[in-house]
Amino acid sequence: MDFTLNEEQQMFGQMFGDFMAKEVAPRAEAIDAEGETPSELLEQAAMQGFLGAILPEDYMGAALDMTSYTLLAEAWGRADLSSATVFHAHMMTAMAILAHGTEDQKATYLEAMAMGEKLGAFALTEPAAGSDPAGMLTEAKPDGSDYLLNGVKSWVTNAGRAGTYVVFARAPEGVTGFIVDADTPGLKVGGREKTLGLRGAEIRALYLDHARVPAANVLGKVGHGLRVALSTMDFAHLSLAALTLGGAEQALDLGVQFASERKQFGVLIAKKQAIQNYLADAKLKIEALRHLIEHASWLAVQGKPYSFEATMAKLYGGQAIYETANTMIQVHGGYGYIVDYPISRLYRDARAMSIIGGSAEIQRVLVARHVLAEAGIEVKP
Amino acid sequence: MDFTFPREMEKFRKLVREFGEEVVRPAAKAADEKHEVDMDVIRQAAAIGLLGVPFPQKYGGVGAGETGYCILMEELGKVCTSTATTIGAHIGIGAMSIYLDGTEAQKQKYLVPLARGEKLGAFALTEPNAGSDAASIKTKAVRDGDAYLLNGSKIYITNGPLADVISVLAVTDPTLGAHGGVTAFIGEKQFGIQVGTVEKKMGIRGSATSELIFEDVRIPAENVLGPVGLGFITFMKTLDTGRLTLGAATLGGAEEALRIAIDYARVREAFGKPIAHKQSIQFMIADMAAEVEALRSLVYRTAWMVEQGMPYTKEAGMCKLLGSQTASRNIHRALQILGALGYSRDFPVERMFRDARIAEIFEGTNEIQRIVIASQLFKEVGIRIRP
Ligand SMILES: Cc1cc2nc3c(=O)[nH]c(=O)nc-3n(C[C@H](O)[C@H](O)[C@H](O)COP(=O)(O)OP(=O)(O)OC[C@H]3O[C@@H](n4cnc5c(N)ncnc54)[C@H](O)[C@@H]3O)c2cc1C
Ligand SMILES: Cc1cc2nc3c(=O)[nH]c(=O)nc-3n(C[C@H](O)[C@H](O)[C@H](O)COP(=O)(O)OP(=O)(O)OC[C@H]3O[C@@H](n4cnc5c(N)ncnc54)[C@H](O)[C@@H]3O)c2cc1C
Repeated sequence: MDFTLNEEQQMFGQMFGDFMAKEVAPRAEAIDAEGETPSELLEQAAMQGFLGAILPEDYMGAALDMTSYTLLAEAWGRADLSSATVFHAHMMTAMAILAHGTEDQKATYLEAMAMGEKLGAFALTEPAAGSDPAGMLTEAKPDGSDYLLNGVKSWVTNAGRAGTYVVFARAPEGVTGFIVDADTPGLKVGGREKTLGLRGAEIRALYLDHARVPAANVLGKVGHGLRVALSTMDFAHLSLAALTLGGAEQALDLGVQFASERKQFGVLIAKKQAIQNYLADAKLKIEALRHLIEHASWLAVQGKPYSFEATMAKLYGGQAIYETANTMIQVHGGYGYIVDYPISRLYRDARAMSIIGGSAEIQRVLVARHVLAEAGIEVKP
Repeated sequence: MDFTFPREMEKFRKLVREFGEEVVRPAAKAADEKHEVDMDVIRQAAAIGLLGVPFPQKYGGVGAGETGYCILMEELGKVCTSTATTIGAHIGIGAMSIYLDGTEAQKQKYLVPLARGEKLGAFALTEPNAGSDAASIKTKAVRDGDAYLLNGSKIYITNGPLADVISVLAVTDPTLGAHGGVTAFIGEKQFGIQVGTVEKKMGIRGSATSELIFEDVRIPAENVLGPVGLGFITFMKTLDTGRLTLGAATLGGAEEALRIAIDYARVREAFGKPIAHKQSIQFMIADMAAEVEALRSLVYRTAWMVEQGMPYTKEAGMCKLLGSQTASRNIHRALQILGALGYSRDFPVERMFRDARIAEIFEGTNEIQRIVIASQLFKEVGIRIRP
């Protein structure tokens, strides 16, 4: 066993941390208050190569290995979860195209995505089909050499801002993935979702009204869309888990900072066991989460399946970040409830993480399925 | 033992519930968005006597006792935690301190208009360096002829910007400390108490929280509340009842979350049938219901203890501790059951989630409640514990 990061990974980790602390963290409050991730920030990120972080060099990507990628996602999550979610949704869209696209599709879309010319968005959820995407109603009707897409996708992160959408719709052969350009006639975006947290991420519905998409834009095989979506989830789970790790670390930092400055009853509150216990439990969760993530990313770097490990990391990360933000608010006392203190933003942001990218209940189904498969028992949601 | 409510309490609950549904609920979202108290709601509450629920009729109240007051808070807690907070600070700590320790003349002068809702009350204890450690307050009161001059600042005072009558705690003799050196006063805004920073908060945005600044504020000596030097006792006693009724408000929030969760799980389909058929959902809802019932029993038994004249410090701490946790947890679960819609500001769970979090912090943090409960328990076996 070797738990050290290699030299390159260490160097990247340092660089990501520095960049995020300098360029992103100071903007987090404004991103939340104004409800927008500034374009300059994404341009800067593109210049650093972040928007193509995990894409191969052929497509102008930075070709990070999976471990280095999680270091980037962690650093971004630590600095600001809103813009980190924008980044995450973009990256997972690119990963779907990388994994399932034809050479032509990759050449057409990935370079522009890596350069930040086109932001990605992944449109799977519908108003009546969230946990169960197989229940989707959006239709893709063949029409000559095109498909006509009709229906509504909901809760699409980056909708309205994205240049490239991956949209799932039901073709005669079954659910199918499509790469859809933002300027496709018949594609409209809905109003902004107003949310508890992640307010700097633009989330909207997509309305597809006879949106004409060439058959050449089918992603993967016709009728294999659920497979395309599910396989992308491995990456998405790991990426979100890394975001939660960063967020939880930030929450703990804020708690430690407050507890080591605030005195009551003549002593620092850090001297009280009740506070120490909160800090200890938070640290425990953070390190356990880090190990889950490191293990999953290590498997990915080895070229081994990491789906189960990534799912566990995401499930645990959603809990860990929420519980950590929750106890760190408590450490702040009344100050934690005032918006001038960043912990309340983190608390609002953190709550998304047990829903976005698959709910905790569905992830438990996936973990249980894996556990029970060994006993020969099939698990359905 | 009889676990039913008397007929007049049921009638009272019906009245409050109707008021909650017809007046408070429809106004809750806008108050949250504007970050402003809806004074129209408060005026309407005053008009039907709701600002004086627990106090005897001779003091302008409804005479519904602790039980009636808990009913009020529970029903308000269901529809709008901000309104419950505004009214709770007014009745439960502001006016209550005068009811508990005021002289007959003070009650006539202050409690009567407060109970009638002609004036709004507040309770000013917390300072920048004295939150949990309330005994460390620094606001000074110096005798000056037939009055006291108050100097200092109080922070995070609910109703601060709106209140007319403010119970305030200040140091009268720094050599004596909290027991003997701290005195409670009935202040009036018009004595010159200034409103400082009005806080922007994560939740209960439909209530107002502010700093109150005292610069040579002259309070007549006849406005000393309780004996000189023993104000800490008045304030702590007041907080005991405040904690009970805060527990009642959290009961309302916890029940509302349960109702919302059941309503949604009944109709939302995934994988071909309502999610109500999934054990993950059923078990969350079962836990929610079990905790609601435990809290309900605790709250109304404690209200009964108050009415019997029994000591209830420990139980009040438990109401606040268990209640705030139950509300937060239930709302957390309801949000989960609603999936992405729970995270949306178009549905009330999102606001409830932000609102609920305060109950674990104010009127004594949950850590302080645990200290209160533990010190009562250890006192019984001869051990004195310190915070
Ligand atoms: C901030 C945010 C950003 C998002 N971004 C995107 C995006 O970019 N692209 C996209 O496609 N989607 C996105 N989503 C949607 C997200 O993927 C869905 O919300 C999620 O999959 C859950 O679906 P749902 O909200 O419809 O809940 P439902 O599926 O209706 O579930 C409701 C409840 O039932 C539970 N449940 C459902 N089925 C079962 C079962 N079989 N067993 C036990 N419990 C069950 C769920 O866990 C949940 O508690 C986003 C959501 C959020 C909150
Ligand atoms: C919205 C809002 C409304 C409020 N309304 C009022 C009001 O109307 N009137 C009023 O007087 N005040 C009011 N407050 C103040 C509130 O009562 C205090 O915030 C609360 O008592 C905690 O004090 P603090 O914020 O100074 O936190 P601190 O006391 O600094 O506590 C910080 C952390 O340390 C912990 N801690 C402190 N001491 C110990 C110990 N000995 N052992 C273990 N842990 C400890 C606390 O539990 C907390 O987790 C309000 C606050 C808010 C946010």
